[in-house]
Amino acid sequence: MKPAPFRYADPRSLDEALDLLSDETGAKVLAGGQSLLPLLAMRLAAPATLVDLNRVPGLDTVEATGDGVRVGALVRHARLLRQTPDAQAAARVQPLLARATANVAHPAIRNRGTTVGSIAHADPSGEMTSVLALTGGSVTVATPAGRETVGWQDLFVGPLETSLAGGAVVVDAFFPALPERSGTAFAEIARRKGDYAVCGAGVVVTLDEDRRVSAVRASYISVGLVPEVHDLTEAVAGEPVDSADWAAAGALARTLVDPDTDIHASADYRRLLVGVLTERTLADAAAEAVQRSAA
Amino acid sequence: MTTKLFGEPVRRREDARLITGRGRYLDDIGAGALAAAFVRSPHAHARVLDVDVEAALDVEGLVAVYTYEDLTGPMAEPLPVLIPHPQLHAPRTGYPLANGVVNHVGEPVVMVVATDRYVAEDAAERIVVTYEELPVVVGVDAAREARAAVHEDVPDNVAARHHQETGDVEPALAAAPHTLSFTQYIERSACMPLEGKGVHARWDADDASLRVYSSTQASTSVRAAIAAKLELSLDRVEVIAPDVGGGFGVKIVHPWPEELLVPMAAIRLGREVKWAEDRREHFISSAHERQQRQEITVGYDDDGRITALDVHVWHDNGAYTPYGIIVPIVTATQLVGPYAIPVYRVVVESVFTNTVIVTPYRGAGRPQGCYAMERTMDRIADDLGLDRAEVRRRNLITPDQFPYDHHLTFQDGRPVIYDSGDYPGLLDKLVALVGWDEAGALRADARSRGKMLGVGMALYVEGTGPGPYEGGHVQVLGSGKVLVSTGLTSQGQGHETVFAQIVASELGVPIEDVEVHTGDTRRFGYAVGTFASRAAVMSGNAVALAARGVREKAIRIAADVLEANPEDLEIDEGLVQVRGTPGASIPLRTVAVLSNPLRYAFDEAAKQATQFAKAGSDDKPPVAEGDAPGLEHRDYYSPIRSTFASGAHAAVVEIDPATWEIDVVRYAVVHDCGNVVNPMIVEGQVHGGVAQGVGGALYERMAYDADGQLQNASFMDFLMPYASEVPDIAIDHQETPSPLNPLGIKGAGEAGVIPGTAAIASAIEDAVGRRITSMPISPTELYDLMRNETAERTQASLQTGVPA
Repeated sequence: MKPAPFRYADPRSLDEALDLLSDETGAKVLAGGQSLLPLLAMRLAAPATLVDLNRVPGLDTVEATGDGVRVGALVRHARLLRQTPDAQAAARVQPLLARATANVAHPAIRNRGTTVGSIAHADPSGEMTSVLALTGGSVTVATPAGRETVGWQDLFVGPLETSLAGGAVVVDAFFPALPERSGTAFAEIARRKGDYAVCGAGVVVTLDEDRRVSAVRASYISVGLVPEVHDLTEAVAGEPVDSADWAAAGALARTLVDPDTDIHASADYRRLLVGVLTERTLADAAAEAVQRSAA
Repeated sequence: MTTKLFGEPVRRREDARLITGRGRYLDDIGAGALAAAFVRSPHAHARVLDVDVEAALDVEGLVAVYTYEDLTGPMAEPLPVLIPHPQLHAPRTGYPLANGVVNHVGEPVVMVVATDRYVAEDAAERIVVTYEELPVVVGVDAAREARAAVHEDVPDNVAARHHQETGDVEPALAAAPHTLSFTQYIERSACMPLEGKGVHARWDADDASLRVYSSTQASTSVRAAIAAKLELSLDRVEVIAPDVGGGFGVKIVHPWPEELLVPMAAIRLGREVKWAEDRREHFISSAHERQQRQEITVGYDDDGRITALDVHVWHDNGAYTPYGIIVPIVTATQLVGPYAIPVYRVVVESVFTNTVIVTPYRGAGRPQGCYAMERTMDRIADDLGLDRAEVRRRNLITPDQFPYDHHLTFQDGRPVIYDSGDYPGLLDKLVALVGWDEAGALRADARSRGKMLGVGMALYVEGTGPGPYEGGHVQVLGSGKVLVSTGLTSQGQGHETVFAQIVASELGVPIEDVEVHTGDTRRFGYAVGTFASRAAVMSGNAVALAARGVREKAIRIAADVLEANPEDLEIDEGLVQVRGTPGASIPLRTVAVLSNPLRYAFDEAAKQATQFAKAGSDDKPPVAEGDAPGLEHRDYYSPIRSTFASGAHAAVVEIDPATWEIDVVRYAVVHDCGNVVNPMIVEGQVHGGVAQGVGGALYERMAYDADGQLQNASFMDFLMPYASEVPDIAIDHQETPSPLNPLGIKGAGEAGVIPGTAAIASAIEDAVGRRITSMPISPTELYDLMRNETAERTQASLQTGVPA
C-alpha cells in the first residue's frame, strides 16, 4: 500500500496551478487528501503529478451574504463547525451546510478534508454533494480560459465523476441561502459513528404565510449514483405545518429513490431508511421553518 | 510487608513507553534495510502457468526477485503442519511461495526485494503471472456440498473429522421427554491487531549467525522453524519479538511464509531485509476464524434439564491446515461450558475452502461452542416457557462436583477435568449485576420511548494455561536490579507489570527494581508462546518458582554471613534481615555480590560487599559442589492439565423498530480467573474481549463473494467497533483459585470475547421475538428477518403477542 511514483508540485498561485495542470497529463489536484491519498496508497489512482493547492492564497474564505454562502477550495470541514463569525454567519444564511458537515466522518478527517474537495470528488456517499444539490448550489471552476459557474445539475456525472475537464480547479462552492419561511434538517444512519452513511437525508421545508406546507424537497446520501433532489411537496402540500403527514412524504420518497445493494445494506433497507429519515427530518425542518417564519 | 503486590491494581509499567511513541515495533527496526513486497494471487483458486518477471527487472532499486523455482532444500517443501492430529486425515499446507496452484486470494507467489517498499511495490506491479482459474469453494455449505474441491486429492473437502462422545447418544435422545433440533451459523471475523505481521532479518557473515525480529507470539518456535527450514544450526539463529502491537492469535501461527523468506533473502543477499505487512495483506493473507454451521439436537426433561446433546459442526478451516484442528477441538470440548451434560456426542467436520486459513483468534473456537450451547439453553427455556436463567441454573455443575470430569479430551491431549469453580455463584452475581429480574421494567420503559428491548445471557468455561511448560529466570545483580526473563512473548497484555508484581512479591523487593524481558531467545531459549490464555498461568508460575529459588539462595548466603538461622530470615524491600532483630540485615544486592566468589572491585557494590565477605575455607572449593556463582535461578512450570476459568455475560439491547438499528445499552460481566494478580489488567482484558465480542456479534464479517474475493479488505468496510459502538461494561469478580498451580491463577486473556455473540443473539431474539439463527446480524439483515413471513417466532413472543 505505497503509491506509485508521482511528481509533486506546490504552486504559489492559482495561475501557476492552472499552468501545471494544463502542462501535465494525468495531473490531479490535492487539497485535503482525505479521499485521494488512500486511493493513491491502494494504487487505485496513479496520477503522474499531484498539484497541491495548499499554498495557493485566497482559497480559504467562507463568505456569507444574503444570497448564500461561498466556501473556498481550502476551507476544511471543521471550519464550518467553529464558533467563529464567518461560520456563524454561514450557519444563519444556510443552516443545512453546518448541519450536514457535522456528519462528515471523524474530527481528524474534518480537520483536513475540504468541503469543496468532497464535492469535486463527487462521491454519492459524501454529504456535501447532496447539500450542494439540495440547496441548488453551484461551483466556480477556474481554467486557463477563465472562470465559469457550473450548476450542480451539470456537475455530477456519475459516482466519483464530474463534468469538469482535467485542467480545471474548483475554486469555490456556492450554497444559496435558505429561502424565507423555510427550515432544513439533516440526518444519517451509519453502521458505526462517523462511517459513510448507509443512508442519509437532507430536507428543506417551506411554508406559506398561513403556516401551511408549500414546498418539500429532499436529497439523500448513499442512495443512487449521483445526488438527486426529490420534490415531495405533493404528499403534504397545503397541510397545516402542525398536522402535516410527514410519513406520507416519507412514503412518497421511498417510491422515488433507486438505491443499490452493497455489503452493508440491501437496496430495500436503504429504501426503508429513506422513508424513516425523511419523516424524521421533515418534522425537524418544519419546526425550524416555523421558527424562522416567526422571526 | 510492604512489598506485597500480588492482587494489587498496579499501573501498567509499559504504558508510558508505549503510549508516548517510545515503543520499538518491528517497523521501527532496520531503517536502512531492504524492503520486501509480495506478488499475491488475485484468484481464489488457480493454476500458476507462468511467472514473467522481465518487466520488473529494469525498475531502479530492484535487488532480487524470488519465485518457487528459487527455493531449495526444506524451503521447497510444504510448510509444516504444526500440530498434527490422528483425526486430521488430510492435512494440507501451502509453500512459502506458490508451487503450481494457489488456493486463496492473497497467497504469496513472488517475493520482490528492493531498496524500499515503494520500489518493491513498483516492481511487483510489473510482474506478470498467468493463471488458469479453477472452480472456487467459498463458505462452509459449498465446501460441504463439494461440487468443487479445494485440493483435488480431497474431493469431499473434509480435512478432519473430529469426534468425541461421552456415552451412547442415540438411545439417550430417544428416551428424552423432549427433543429439539436446529441448525445455526456463525460467520468469519479476524484478530485484526493494529500492527500487522512483520519480519526483519540480519545475517552476520563473519559470525555466520542470523538475527531475526518478528512480530510474533512465539519467538522460540519461529527460531526453530527458521533453523530447520534454512538448514542452520539452532545456535546460529536468534529470534526476538520486539514490542508487538497486538496479536489475538494470528501471530501464534508460524512459520509464516514471510518469516522464512525474509531471512532467506537476508542470507542470500548479505543485507538486512525487512517486510512489514500492510493492512490489505493482513486481510487476505494472514488468518481468520469463526465460520461454522452447527446442527444441534438436544434431549431434556420437563424441568429443562439436558439428558443428551448431539452436535454436528461443519467448520471452515480455509485453504490449509497449518495449525491442525485446534479450533475444532476447542469448539468440541468447550461447548459443554458450565453444564453437566449426561451424554454428549460431537462431530466436527473441518472443511477446506478457497479462503484465508482459519487459525485461533481470541477465543479460538470457544465463542462458537458457547453460541451452540447457550442458544440451546435459550431454545429449551422458550420451549418449556421457563426463564432462561432458571434453565441454566438447573443444568449447572455444582460447586461440590469439582474436580468435574467431562470425559472429553482437550486441545492439549489431556482430559477435560474442571479444577475448580462456582457456576451458580457466577449466575447469581450476573442476575444481580445486570438486573435480570427487572427486565420487564426496562422493556416497558423502552417501549414508552418507541424501542424494543431484549436481554440475553451466556455462560462459559474456558480451559486456560495449557502446557507443556513455560520457564522463568530471575537474577539479582550487584546493583540490586532484578532481571526477570521468560521466553513467551508480549503483545501489550501487561506482562512487564504482572510478572514484576509476582517476582517483587515472591522475592520481597520493590517493583521498581524489577525488569522484565520476554520473547527474546537470547535470554531464554525454551518457551512455548503466548496463546490460550496461558501467559499469567504458565510464565507467572514459572517466574514465581524462579523467584522462590533466588530467595532460597539469598537466604542461605545471608544466613551464613549474618550467622543466623535461615528460618529466621525474611526479605522485605530488598533487605535480608533477621526477623525481629533490627540491624541484623544485609541488602539483597550485597548478597548478589557475595554469591560470586570472583569479586574484582569494579564498583561500589563489590567494595561494600567485602565487609561481609568471610575468608574461604582452605579445604573447600570457592564454589561448593552443586552450587553456582551468581544470585539467579531458572525454573519451569509444567501443569498436569489446563485450569478452567469461567464467566457469565449479559447484554441488554435496544432496537429501533423503524430502522432496525441495534444498540447494546448495558453489558454485564462476572468473571472468575482464580486468584487475580492485577485486577485492573484483568478488567482491561475483559473490556478488550467484550469489544471484540460486540464486533463479532454485530459488525464484523469477512464478506467473501462467490469468487472468493474479499470485498471488505480494509478498515473502511470491515467494521471493527469504535469506542462509540462498545457499551459501558459492568464487571464483578469471583475468585475460585486453581488448585493446579502454586499461584492459584487461571487465564484471563480470551474470556471477554467468548460469550458476546451468544448473549447478544439471545437479547435480540428476546427483543424481536424472531429466532436468531445466524450471527453476526446487521440492521439490514434484521429488517429482512422481520419482513420474512416464514421466519420462526419464539414461543415467548407468540404467547405474549410481543412484539409485533
